[in-house]
Amino acid sequence: MSDGDSQSSPPNPTRRKFLLTTGSSMAAGVVGAYVPALAHNTVGESDSAAASQKLTAEGAVPITLRINGKDHQLRLDPRTTLLDCIRETVVLTGTKKGCDHGQCGACTVHVNGKRVLSCLNLAVMHDGHEVTTIEGLGTPDALHPMQAAFLACDGYQCGYCTSGQIMSAVALLKEPCGPDDAAVKELMSGNICRCGAYANIVEAIQKVRKHA
Amino acid sequence: MHTFEFIRPTDSAAAIAAAGKSKTAQQGADVRFMGGGTTLIDLMKLNVETPARVLDINRLPLDKIELMPDGGLKIGATVRNSDLAYDPRVQRDYSVLSQAILNGASAQVRNMATVGGNILQRTRCMYFRDTAMPCNKREPGSGCPAITGSNRTLAILGASEHCIATNPSDMCVAMAALDAKIHIEGPKGPRAIAFGAFHLLPGSTPHRETVLEPGDLITHITLPQPLSGSKQFYLKLRDRASYEFALASAAVVLTVNAGKVTQARIALGGVGTKPWRSPEAEAALANKTANDATFRQAAEAALRGAKAQSENGFKIELAKRCLTYALRTAAAS
Repeated sequence: MSDGDSQSSPPNPTRRKFLLTTGSSMAAGVVGAYVPALAHNTVGESDSAAASQKLTAEGAVPITLRINGKDHQLRLDPRTTLLDCIRETVVLTGTKKGCDHGQCGACTVHVNGKRVLSCLNLAVMHDGHEVTTIEGLGTPDALHPMQAAFLACDGYQCGYCTSGQIMSAVALLKEPCGPDDAAVKELMSGNICRCGAYANIVEAIQKVRKHA
Repeated sequence: MHTFEFIRPTDSAAAIAAAGKSKTAQQGADVRFMGGGTTLIDLMKLNVETPARVLDINRLPLDKIELMPDGGLKIGATVRNSDLAYDPRVQRDYSVLSQAILNGASAQVRNMATVGGNILQRTRCMYFRDTAMPCNKREPGSGCPAITGSNRTLAILGASEHCIATNPSDMCVAMAALDAKIHIEGPKGPRAIAFGAFHLLPGSTPHRETVLEPGDLITHITLPQPLSGSKQFYLKLRDRASYEFALASAAVVLTVNAGKVTQARIALGGVGTKPWRSPEAEAALANKTANDATFRQAAEAALRGAKAQSENGFKIELAKRCLTYALRTAAAS
C-alpha cells in the first residue's frame, strides 16, 4: 500500500480489519443467499452483528457457548462447525482452518479442558460447554509458558499451525505422556507443520515440562 | 454440506423412535446418530453422507465403563476412545485394546471419537470419499474403480468383485480378538451380537456394512472376563510412524504354558474388508510349541485366502511378517 493510499485509510489499517469490513458488507449484500452462520451475539461485540440481526433462519439452533470465560448466546445453522463458529461468528481468528477434514490439527481447541479438532465438531453439539482458544491462554504481556517457550525455541516458521500446536501442547501437559522426545512426538502427531519446525516444537514442549 | 435438522433426544427411546423412521441404517440413511462426529461430519462435508436429520446422542447416559458381576467389562457407546484406552482396567486386563486405540488417529481425534462411532467407522477408500467417482458402496451398481485403479492400501482379505475397501479401525481389530459383544437397542427391543457377526463382507451389497436396521442404537459393548495369564500385543505397520491408517496390523491374545500355546485369539487390521478375526491362525497355533516356525505357520494360515490387487500384493507378505512379529513379541512378554 502506498503512502497516498494510507492517508485515506482508517488509522492502523490491518489486513484482518480490512477483510472483516469488506466481508460484512458483502454478507449484507447477499442476505437471503447462503450465510454460513446466523448469529445474535448479544454478549460479545461482533463486527457483523448489525448484518446478522436482520437474519432469521428456519432450523437455527439457539446455544450458549462459553469461550475463554465469556458466554456467547448464539443462533446457529446446525451445519456450522465449532471452528467456523469461533472464527466467523465470534470472530476469534487465532484458531486456524487448515484442511477442514481432521487431518492437520491447525484448528485444535480445548472443550471442557480436552483438546479436540474444532473442524470435526458441530458448534450446536457444545451447548453449555466451555471452549478455550489460543486467545484464552495468555496475553501479549502475560504469555502462557508454552507460548513463551515456542517463542524462545523458535517453534514455528510461517506460524499458521502454531495456535493448534500450542493448544495441543498445553493439553499434552495434563495427559499421560512418557518423559522422552519420542513420547512427545507421538502425542503431537495430530498437528502437522508444513514448514517442518518439529524439532523446535518438541524442544519447546520439553522445556515447559521440565520447568512445570 | 446439505442442510439437516439437528435434534438432541432426551433418552434412548426417543432417539430410537426418531431413527426408526429412516429408510435404512446403511449408506444413504436419512437419519444419523452423531457421536464424536469424526467420521460423520467429515463425510457430510464431502456430501458422501447427506442425512436430513442428525440425532446428537452425546447427552444420553451411555458414557460409563463398568465392571460386570461376571468379571467382564461393560463399555458405553459414547465413551471416548481416549477414556477407554487410559482406563486402568483396560490397560491391565485388555491391554491389546488400549494399545490398538492409542495406535489409531491422534490425541485430538481420540478425545472426540466414541466407541460406538469407531465400530461404525467408514472406509478411507478414496473412491468412496469422492462423489465424482463411481463406487458400489456409495452408489450401488455404479462400479468399483479401485479394482483397476489406485488400490495400494485396499483389502486383500474379504474383498469381492464389487468392493475392495478396507475397514480402517484399529480398535475393532482388538475388539474382534477379545470376543467383544455389541449390544443394540432397536424398535424391536434389545439384542446382543458377537463382534465377528456385526460387520458384513461386501459381496454383491457393499453398501450394507453392518447388521444394523433403522432405529438400531449401539448402547454398549461388553468384553468377557479377561483370559487369565494372557499375553497381549498390538502391532501396526503404516507409511509413517504415527497418525496414519494401517497397511497391516495384528492383535494377539495368547496364553502359553510350558512352552506351548494353550489359547490364541488373533485378528488382523488394514488388510480386510472388515475387522479380520483369523480362526485359521488360531487353529495353527493351538497346542503347538511357541516358536518362530509355529508363528510363521500361523501367519501363512491367516493369509492363505488373500488376493492381491494390482498395487497391494506387498501387503500379503507384510501382513504375514506383522503377525509373526506380533506373536513373537507377545510370547516373549
